[in-house]
Amino acid sequence: MKPGRFLNFLLKFYLFFTFIFIFIPIAFSLVFSFNSQRFPTIPLGNFSTEWYEKIFNDPDVWQAVINSIIVSTCTALVATFLGFCTAYSDFRYRFKLKGLYLTLVLLPPTIPLIILALAMLAWLSKLGISGQIWSVVCAHSVLTAPFAMAIIRLRLNQMDPDLEAAAWNLGGSEWSTMRHVIIPFCKPAIISSVCLTAAVSFDEFAISWFVSGLNKTVPVIILEIVQGNIDPQVNAIGTFVFLTSMTLVITAQLFFLTWQMKGARK
Amino acid sequence: MFSNKKYNFNLYALTFRIPIIIWQLLFFVGPVVFMIAMSFFLVKNYRMTEAFEFVNWTKMFSKNYFWDSYWFTIFIAAFSTSLTMLLAFPASFTLAFRVSEITRRWAIFMLIIPFFTSYLVRTFSWYVILAEKGVINALFGYVGLGPYTMLNTHIGTLVGYMTLTLPLVIILQTVTMANIDRNLIEAAYNLGCKPFSIIWRVILPLSKTGMIVAAVFCFILSFGDFVAPFYLGGSQEPTLPILILDTTKSGQQWPRAAVVAIVMMLTLFIVAFGGIMTAYAKSFRR
Repeated sequence: MKPGRFLNFLLKFYLFFTFIFIFIPIAFSLVFSFNSQRFPTIPLGNFSTEWYEKIFNDPDVWQAVINSIIVSTCTALVATFLGFCTAYSDFRYRFKLKGLYLTLVLLPPTIPLIILALAMLAWLSKLGISGQIWSVVCAHSVLTAPFAMAIIRLRLNQMDPDLEAAAWNLGGSEWSTMRHVIIPFCKPAIISSVCLTAAVSFDEFAISWFVSGLNKTVPVIILEIVQGNIDPQVNAIGTFVFLTSMTLVITAQLFFLTWQMKGARK
Repeated sequence: MFSNKKYNFNLYALTFRIPIIIWQLLFFVGPVVFMIAMSFFLVKNYRMTEAFEFVNWTKMFSKNYFWDSYWFTIFIAAFSTSLTMLLAFPASFTLAFRVSEITRRWAIFMLIIPFFTSYLVRTFSWYVILAEKGVINALFGYVGLGPYTMLNTHIGTLVGYMTLTLPLVIILQTVTMANIDRNLIEAAYNLGCKPFSIIWRVILPLSKTGMIVAAVFCFILSFGDFVAPFYLGGSQEPTLPILILDTTKSGQQWPRAAVVAIVMMLTLFIVAFGGIMTAYAKSFRR
């Protein structure tokens, strides 16, 4: 296809416009968080840090931030551990019902969050462990383990299967091979996975809202403020949330890309 | 691998295989199975009692608002999916064929970011942008148009859905189209095929699987989302997720919410299964 110049320009303009559509909510949230108006619009009001001061002095927000940090850190560690074990099992072994096994692992993210939230709420109440931070961690780790598994599995794909056998021949046990060969090899993927699962957990609101009870996380606080009325505090909290999750996602991607490139060069 | 021969008990293998099984049974299979059981429970005096009755099912299925909401949700999710696929196509096409490899990588890198950043805050941001006195209407005001009502209409819902699905759909479409063998397209061009029939007769058939996967994901995400129809769509016509929310949060009617959830899951299974069957069917003529 030889591009007509005009058509080419039109397509690129359209692409640019699409990116604007995707990123404008993020940009506006940032701009409005420094805007003095109660109902933000154009033309903008004065520059003000009023909303930041407001959330900074709000003990509920602080508590939510602490809860969120605990939840996402624990989720990331649990999910990455589970994801690593599963990815390794899939990489190394063939066993009966492996298809079912993998389906079981990969299914949760395809189920709408609201359904998972209802099911979790009912089940955890039945077990009597609903309304705690740990219940959110359990639910989130189920949701995020597949992401961890996928990332680490991709890394294991790049490993020469003979590497493991070579380590055994040199006298290493399976356990020490795991410790000295496989885990170091997977390290970038593990870091990537920790960041990404933490980001997912940090932003997840449906399950947290249903399950967390009084131990609210940041998205739940946002949800409750939004339900009340328009309140530019949300933009201030939102900016903080965006910065946190973007940092996590970009770190994850940079690690991912680094080893992807190395793999390609080899 | 010598360890494979010890088939009856292998501590090392089991250490890696078992954790996820226990975890998924406890916190995934358990909840889902319990939810299915719960749809047969009874609610007496605002307390749930374990039972095996079909009351919730018959009650829900006899309500008009349930069916209205069901068809409305399917309609709006399907409409949103078609629209998103159409609007994403030119962008993905450009990314797949009209930009350099490096630009494409960067674009995908960028598109992954919103997928993992707070959907809730982005929706709220749209709320402010689309409002009666919001940014868009202010811009229209400068050229003497409007104000238009966009919040609490289907437009609001669709914008919300697209915020959620558009980046993912563009990524999936781009990746499938970028993987098409360029020689086939060159060949079609050299044989005198017009640009639009190249898209229709070469590119689309070759990227069928990826396209269907993108559409199925888009449908699942829109079908199960409550934020966009609730905050941007105004929820006068509740979608099924909103119905679940209302029944759970206000009425303590968990069993009925479970009925709605199960109906949603079945619908999604049918859609996903149908999609996969079509995606892998070898139906197109060469």
